[in-house]
Amino acid sequence: MGEFKVHRVRFFDYMPSGIRALAFNGDTERMAVARMDGSVEIFHCSDRFFQEKIIPGREQCGIEGLSWVGERLFSAGLNGGITEYDLTNQKVKYTIDAYKIPWYTFLVGCEDGTVKLFEVNEDKIQFERNLDRQKSRIVSLSWHTSGSKIAAGMMDMIQIFNVETGHSIHRMLADRGVGTSRSKECVVWSVVYLSDGTIVSGDSVGMVKLWDDQTGTLIKSHNVTKCDVLALSVSQNEDSLVAGTSEGTVVQFQFVSMVLGKDDKEWVRTRTFKNHTHDIRAVAEITTAVVSGGMDAQLVVKPLLDKIEVRSAASALRKIHFPHRRLVFCARNSGLMLFQYPGHLELWRLGESEGKGSSLFVKRNPEKLLHLKVKGEDHIRCSAVSPCGEWIVYSTASSLRLYRLHYQRFLFLFFQISKLPKVLSSANQLCFSSDSSHLFSASTQSSVHIVSLSQSGCKFVGTLKPKSGSHQAIHLLAASEDGEWLASANSDHEVHIYNLQTRKAHCTVPVYSSAVTAMGIHPTTNCLFMMYADQQMCEYSIEQKQYTDWSRTVQRKGLHRLWMERDTPCLNVMFNPQNPSHVILHDTYMLCIIDQSLPLPDDKTQFYNQLTLKSLTEDQRKSHSHAFKVCKTFKDILCVELISDQSLVVVERPLEDVATQLPAPIKQKKFAT
Amino acid sequence: MATLYEGYTLCGVGPVQNSSNIGILGVEQGGDIDHVLVTDTSRSITVYKVSDQKPTGSWSVKQGQIISCPAVFNTQSQEYVVVTDDRVVRVWKEDDVNLEKAFKATVSADVLKVLSATDSEPVVLFCCGAVRFLDSLLASPQQPMEDVLTEDEIIRWSTIVKAEHQLVILFSTEQRGEHCLYVQRFNPNTLVKHRFETEPGLSAPISFSATCRGSNIHLLYLYLNGSVYESVLPFRSSSTGAEGVQALSRSLCLSLPLGEEKLMSGAAVVLDEAHVAVVGFPHPSAGACKDYLCIWNTHFQTLQASKEMAGRIYSQLWCYSGKLYVPHGKMLSVIPFDCQKSSLAAAMGKQKQTSQSGKDFSNIKSALTVDQLIQHIKTSAVEDVQAEVGEFIRRTPQADLQLAAGRVALELVSRSQTDANFYPQCAFLLLLETRYLCYSVCPELLSLAMVKKDFHLCQIAFQIFSDIPEAVTCACLKTILSTPDLEMETVNLDMDSVIFMKELTQAHSRSDEEGGQLNGFCHPALESDVSDTPSNKLQRDPFALDMSCPVGLHKGALLNEVLQTAYSDRSLLPHLKDLTVPQVIVFLQYLRFLYLKYSHDAHKQIRALRTPSISQIIDWVCLLLDAHFTVLAVAPEAKRLVFDLHKFVRSQVKLYAELGKIEGSLQVLKSSKQSEDFGMYAIQVIELF
Repeated sequence: MGEFKVHRVRFFDYMPSGIRALAFNGDTERMAVARMDGSVEIFHCSDRFFQEKIIPGREQCGIEGLSWVGERLFSAGLNGGITEYDLTNQKVKYTIDAYKIPWYTFLVGCEDGTVKLFEVNEDKIQFERNLDRQKSRIVSLSWHTSGSKIAAGMMDMIQIFNVETGHSIHRMLADRGVGTSRSKECVVWSVVYLSDGTIVSGDSVGMVKLWDDQTGTLIKSHNVTKCDVLALSVSQNEDSLVAGTSEGTVVQFQFVSMVLGKDDKEWVRTRTFKNHTHDIRAVAEITTAVVSGGMDAQLVVKPLLDKIEVRSAASALRKIHFPHRRLVFCARNSGLMLFQYPGHLELWRLGESEGKGSSLFVKRNPEKLLHLKVKGEDHIRCSAVSPCGEWIVYSTASSLRLYRLHYQRFLFLFFQISKLPKVLSSANQLCFSSDSSHLFSASTQSSVHIVSLSQSGCKFVGTLKPKSGSHQAIHLLAASEDGEWLASANSDHEVHIYNLQTRKAHCTVPVYSSAVTAMGIHPTTNCLFMMYADQQMCEYSIEQKQYTDWSRTVQRKGLHRLWMERDTPCLNVMFNPQNPSHVILHDTYMLCIIDQSLPLPDDKTQFYNQLTLKSLTEDQRKSHSHAFKVCKTFKDILCVELISDQSLVVVERPLEDVATQLPAPIKQKKFAT
Repeated sequence: MATLYEGYTLCGVGPVQNSSNIGILGVEQGGDIDHVLVTDTSRSITVYKVSDQKPTGSWSVKQGQIISCPAVFNTQSQEYVVVTDDRVVRVWKEDDVNLEKAFKATVSADVLKVLSATDSEPVVLFCCGAVRFLDSLLASPQQPMEDVLTEDEIIRWSTIVKAEHQLVILFSTEQRGEHCLYVQRFNPNTLVKHRFETEPGLSAPISFSATCRGSNIHLLYLYLNGSVYESVLPFRSSSTGAEGVQALSRSLCLSLPLGEEKLMSGAAVVLDEAHVAVVGFPHPSAGACKDYLCIWNTHFQTLQASKEMAGRIYSQLWCYSGKLYVPHGKMLSVIPFDCQKSSLAAAMGKQKQTSQSGKDFSNIKSALTVDQLIQHIKTSAVEDVQAEVGEFIRRTPQADLQLAAGRVALELVSRSQTDANFYPQCAFLLLLETRYLCYSVCPELLSLAMVKKDFHLCQIAFQIFSDIPEAVTCACLKTILSTPDLEMETVNLDMDSVIFMKELTQAHSRSDEEGGQLNGFCHPALESDVSDTPSNKLQRDPFALDMSCPVGLHKGALLNEVLQTAYSDRSLLPHLKDLTVPQVIVFLQYLRFLYLKYSHDAHKQIRALRTPSISQIIDWVCLLLDAHFTVLAVAPEAKRLVFDLHKFVRSQVKLYAELGKIEGSLQVLKSSKQSEDFGMYAIQVIELF
């Protein structure tokens, strides 16, 4: 079918940030994840854990806890603030100061030993009062479902407060460790207050203890680990409890009856999972799985097989290492790559090769042209480089900056465009037109601003607004090669297509249940090709405002089982200008070329057939080949892009490299200071 | 020993109109070692699969066109390249049918030859001496060519040598009777000119052959007077600035015998570092009228193999992957050959029939004192002779001594053989110590020592001679085994070897005390026994019992020397059958003793200069078992021994099988690591189907 020259790039030093807190919202099936760098991500648990929203972090912004109140998300951080997030526009709504807060949310335990109570109002939260001040620091807190009692984990003890009076009801002493650790304080890292009055605690001695709140006595104690038990989480119906340790193990306890058919139930330690290499800082039990995250920066979804009826893609262990957004952008026509780090951008020029063979001699090494640090404390939300390589743009939550690059033979000029139109204050997504003459900036209310670019600067042209009136932020933009069309996709799964000539909304692709993870407009047919989080694909003819015949055939015949079982979303859709029937896709583990002229594989067909085809003769190949040509040579792919000389750029970030840059996986007994 | 196998005809040689020495244009290596590319003087190029003797492809040029140089195969692009009508370069693939339709480019100057080495870009050599890589030439065919050579300088021969990914072009030229060698190196491009030494009456070299050995190019060239000279050129140019014509230093490495007839043509090609194939020169013993293909050993100047070639001989001879290609008469013959690493004994083998050994000594210049000494040896008393030999060795310069030592030894041996009372042991030892003697020079010495039961001399001879024939080795072995230990112990032997034996037997007793676990090795059978009570051990464990040395120290030391001699299995086997059954059993017991010792790793702690290696021991055990298989199978006294050996070998095989498994796993680990590591950036080509 064809050969591709591949620039195999491994020098993008992207480091995912460690996971600090998790919060599951059972009503919306959303999982909120807070990371060490202050970013908050929203995963859609029933849509293959697609990362729907990313709220970038800030410098010096440590989040210690996350909590949902209805559909509102709050976080409490070390910098002493409680933050509410605007999930529609994917930004921080407001932050209020609550003195030095180490741990929990809206009911806030403070380092000075107070528990502060806040009231959640319509658009604000308001401080209500303090409970009795304690001598020790409050490390963890948990409400009783009645709302009248609170359990607080402290140094060496657990206290139960009556919320109304603000007084302590019981003090329960946690044992210190034996031997040398005797002199160290026992930190109760986590408490969970069950509705039946049982309090569960996890501490730095490695014990999970169950207490009775009526008597204030210890019911049972489980030695889970030699190190710390850092996180606890209980399932919604309170029959299962998971504990995360600093060894990287998750231990499950279940509330089961000891004798079959009888009602005396006990908490029994049942399962242990080890999917992490480092400290687990947060665990959460969702409907069918245990989700855990920690210092090794991966989000692990371990399905509980007893809660799953059919074996499917959802029943497999899922590890999410990389964001479901693009961090690498290529200037197609000039061989440049833009790497988006949280706090800076890097622009690289690709190398050159000579000779023949499967591994070419690198005549010129890739070269770093630019290292652009972000102004201010906010992290980058999105960035883009124009196809011609002359424009770079990035946006944080608070500002947007546009730069113009100029290359001469030996000279490299770089300057910021100072006078930007006011609409370009911040963007959710950015995209250049294929001739680099326009910049599209996705703004609030699903609108897109068009700005024309020229030597002299940039000029606001107009705003594209969807007919639907959705307020969700746009996470994908795709411009057509001929400059006629622009497609945008938002978190409501809406895909709007605009006519750039008239600057009017042209049509809307029928809304599908799954989120769009990648899309592209075909350069010759002007069909919009969309990839969804559930691994479905659609091709929509913009001119005819309907799905294409090929797309209908795919839907009718269904995709191959192995294709559907892949567990990472496709992140880019490209087209081969030399062969219009080729669509190039990639996810984290593979690169796939779909040849639309070839028959679709059915479930009996060998799906990964490249090795078989390689061994066959030219004639035999014809009868064996099918539309999906999957190349598994590459691993841990962050980006694949086809550049104009027909070569592919594959940016890999090997997980081994990530692992080597993580801190040593040892038990960290550090207090939250 | 080199061997020429039965050859076969690959193809006919086209009609030769001119009287030149060219039968065909050339034979070049094809796509793999089994394919060659034959370009004949008419108009065709043919690819042959040599093992099938069949053509697999053939191309010819149109009437009126002439192929000007042998076609070559470019292994990099899998294409054939040929030049027609001096200036038209044609490139085609295996599946191209018509040469006319293939790619062609006309260049600006006459091409002499296209030179191609495996896995590198072909190089085009122009008649004017200019050199271009094919790729760069085809990129702009009409590029002007510089004149490297002067106007009437003609290239006679050219070749390409490749090593360490570096190419070197050699070509020789002729200009008004003067012959020069040009060495063109690349990266950086340098051209060095050397002048061939000319002697009156010596015409130009008629045949060249260049090989690369180490970091040098060895150029061998043949003159019509039968002299084969060798010149050594450094692979990388040592001096960059020093220009000008340098004389080519050379050394005579072979002087071929000439017949009466005046020779017209001939060719030589280097086969390996010691062997050269020559065609067109007469066989030294056969009549001069016949033409022969001969393999000569240049180290020993001996004829190794020969084969008669019918019909006219041309000045052409090629060698590719173990086969010689000889055009003769009206055919091109392929003759497979085999050159084994030769000992002097093997090298001498054939020449004994062809040349008298006296010839070797006829040109000794410092003859006076040697002759005098020889006269003295014939008559004087033993003591006087020993003193004179000692004096002679001290006084004579090393170079002369080399030649004289053999003569003196021969004379001494012949006197000793006739005169029963004459046995100058000291003189023999002194001569041996000069290290100028070898078995071939004085074959009778070793058998004389055996007859005289002079085991000390035997031991020294075994250590020094590397060319003892297998028959003699076996005879010595027989004598050693048949001599009683008591008699042996009185013999004065080399201290080092005796100490080794002492240590070995002592190590035995020591390791025995420690329960055979000196270094962790423990035979499974032994292991199970160790747990038993010591009294049981004596009865049950065959190894613990037989760990005593079955022969005396001195006999063991001598046997060790025998084990370390060079031999070839095939030649040794028939002679080994001469041993009697008791001798075989004793020897086998000794070998088993050594093997067990070695397996216990005892020898590692013993410092000795010469010790038999474990593979030598095992080889001898195998040979003995092969030679006396039936005898050992029936002899009741051998049963226990064979049983023990089998048991031990079985456990060893088990161990190695386990090791083999580990090796496989490690190999996979290693290869998987290698394939993945390409650093931070690479440009690769992937193919999708």
